[in-house]
Amino acid sequence: VKDAIGNVQRIVVLGGTSDIALATVVKLTQERRGVQVTLAARPGDRRAAAAAALEGRGMQVTEVDFEATDRTSCERAITSAFEAGGDVDVVMVAFGLLGDQERAWQDVDVALELVQVNYAAAVGCGVLVAERLRAQGHGAIIAMSSVAGERPRRSNFVYGSTKAGMDAFYTGLGDALAADGVRVLVVRPGFVATKMTAGLDAAPLSQVPEQVAEVIVAGLLAGRHTVWVPPAMRWVMLVLRHLPRPVFRRLPV
Amino acid sequence: MDSRRPLTGWGRTNPSVATLRPAGDDAELARLVTEAGRRGVLARGLGRSYGDAAQNGGGVVVDMTIRHGVLSVDTGAALVEVEAGASLDHLMRLLLPMGLFVPVSPGTRQVTVGGAIAADIHGKNHHVDGSFGRHVVSMDLLCADGTIRQLTPESELFWATVGGMGLTGLVLRATLRMKKVESAYCLVDTERCVDLDDLLQRMAEGDHRYTYSVAWIDCLARGSSLGRSVLTRGWSATRAQLPSRSRDHALDFRPRQLAVAPSVFPSGLLSRATVSAFNEAWYRKAPRERRGEIQSIAAFFHPLDAVAQWNRIYGPKGFLQYQFVVPFGAEDALRRCIEMLSDAGQASFLAVLKRFGQPSPGHLSFPTPGWTLALDVPIGAAILGGLLDRLDEEVLAAGGREYLAKDSRLPASAIARMYPRLDEWRDVKRAADPHGVFNSDLARRLGL
Repeated sequence: VKDAIGNVQRIVVLGGTSDIALATVVKLTQERRGVQVTLAARPGDRRAAAAAALEGRGMQVTEVDFEATDRTSCERAITSAFEAGGDVDVVMVAFGLLGDQERAWQDVDVALELVQVNYAAAVGCGVLVAERLRAQGHGAIIAMSSVAGERPRRSNFVYGSTKAGMDAFYTGLGDALAADGVRVLVVRPGFVATKMTAGLDAAPLSQVPEQVAEVIVAGLLAGRHTVWVPPAMRWVMLVLRHLPRPVFRRLPV
Repeated sequence: MDSRRPLTGWGRTNPSVATLRPAGDDAELARLVTEAGRRGVLARGLGRSYGDAAQNGGGVVVDMTIRHGVLSVDTGAALVEVEAGASLDHLMRLLLPMGLFVPVSPGTRQVTVGGAIAADIHGKNHHVDGSFGRHVVSMDLLCADGTIRQLTPESELFWATVGGMGLTGLVLRATLRMKKVESAYCLVDTERCVDLDDLLQRMAEGDHRYTYSVAWIDCLARGSSLGRSVLTRGWSATRAQLPSRSRDHALDFRPRQLAVAPSVFPSGLLSRATVSAFNEAWYRKAPRERRGEIQSIAAFFHPLDAVAQWNRIYGPKGFLQYQFVVPFGAEDALRRCIEMLSDAGQASFLAVLKRFGQPSPGHLSFPTPGWTLALDVPIGAAILGGLLDRLDEEVLAAGGREYLAKDSRLPASAIARMYPRLDEWRDVKRAADPHGVFNSDLARRLGL
């Protein structure tokens, strides 16, 4: 159970190899050792390496198999994460695909895979996690959205459309759960240098995962519902959202 | 009527949502307990524990304050039977005119008898009278199987319940041995102490002559003034000690509420600067030495009760109270703790130091012989978490412990080290409540 000054005892990460999620877990637990962390992800070297890194920082890590596009796998992972110990303080929904944009808007399979993972699975997991947290009467969900969902851009609108959907779902979920003592924090980072974006040119205001983690943890402690990373991105997006289409289309973003 | 609503402790931190039910009669409560869901049941009184002791996220919380009746009074034997939801305020207003005072009074009258038993509360007279549980003659406990057991100090379950944080069952009624008094006043001696050595020496040498003793420490004072403080000690005043004009109303007790703190208070009002100014004024206003002053019980015991909802002054982020005890002989550890606090410049006002006497037989009862320091700390300063964790280490190394009724942040790993009889308590709890019906956020956080 979370305490009066924000120390957490149990964290569940869906998409347990995400660079941003791992940095956030480290930031969240830096005051105390022995925090229990469940990493739900595909089995393999990446998950094992993530677990080893967190264990090296004094956490008790459990690895759980998780395949976002498989509903049974989602249910099983969430059930086992919640029933393996005491109350869960924080659930991070951190799985997602960036995909190849040019193929995605022209190839049905590629497009639907993005929809399945980034939107459908995120919604499904959100429903399952919400039920568990409601029963506890407390807890928080950190949902990794993206500024790409705020206004679709020519350069990645398929990814953007899936993030717009999941962002809307988790924003609404936060309102639905407010009376149950459960908080939802929707995180909208701009460009972050991670393995997901490896090989892409860094955009303006580019961030590293540790910077994102810092903003997430500060937002969580302050009880915010939405955070942008970097925080200035909120105002950048406010302007971009209102630019006329012909201007916006020509922007190199 | 029942409703799901967020509950916090007095520190207004870390809420959780529970179904709050007003306490019905015994049969209704028994049904509630036997039909409890997975998240269990917990009694709540006036919500004065600072952390999550009276919260039960996702479960049922029973508001016991509705059951506040005084069932019988025997002035000759000084025995009263009361319902668990009765507040000490209620008992004082009703019984002081009959010459009966509560055996133990904490810094507020706004606690229930059930809560006083569950936390085994202490007061300024601990060094002579011990904690609250010692003055409980018997109690009725509603157990997990729906039966009501009458417990006396001969039973183990009695002492698992005294200090057991509500986790052994619902206390329904208790018979208390009250203190006979001749007046609703105290005879008070006040002394200013220039530093910690001065204070500890005066307390160690003189406390045994007084029934009540407490010191306020300026935790922001540093260097040669470290531990400067105001020591107030006294006795219950006899009728003859009162000025002649007061003797006819010696037992009148009508404490007044002076103000209610507004519901919206800005964060950060209590900064180092404002608290430092307050502490300076408090210290200077105290007489260097004054003997035999007559003070009302309310003024002497419960100065903060004059401002209702005073917990709001810490702003929306809330605050916590840190209270520990270290054994006699560990004065160096006490000094280091006060140094750490003053170095950190934590804006705490009214840090309070007392001496504890003999321990209670309660397995999880807090008081053990030694020095106990309690202070409020507002939430927010970035150093907070680390500072308090370091204080924990100091307290543990000195063989001390922290008070569960105040706690809102201890790690589970510290508890067994602080409470060596925890396993014994767990055995009694398991026997009385094998399925863990009685549960709380505090119990989950600490793995009790």
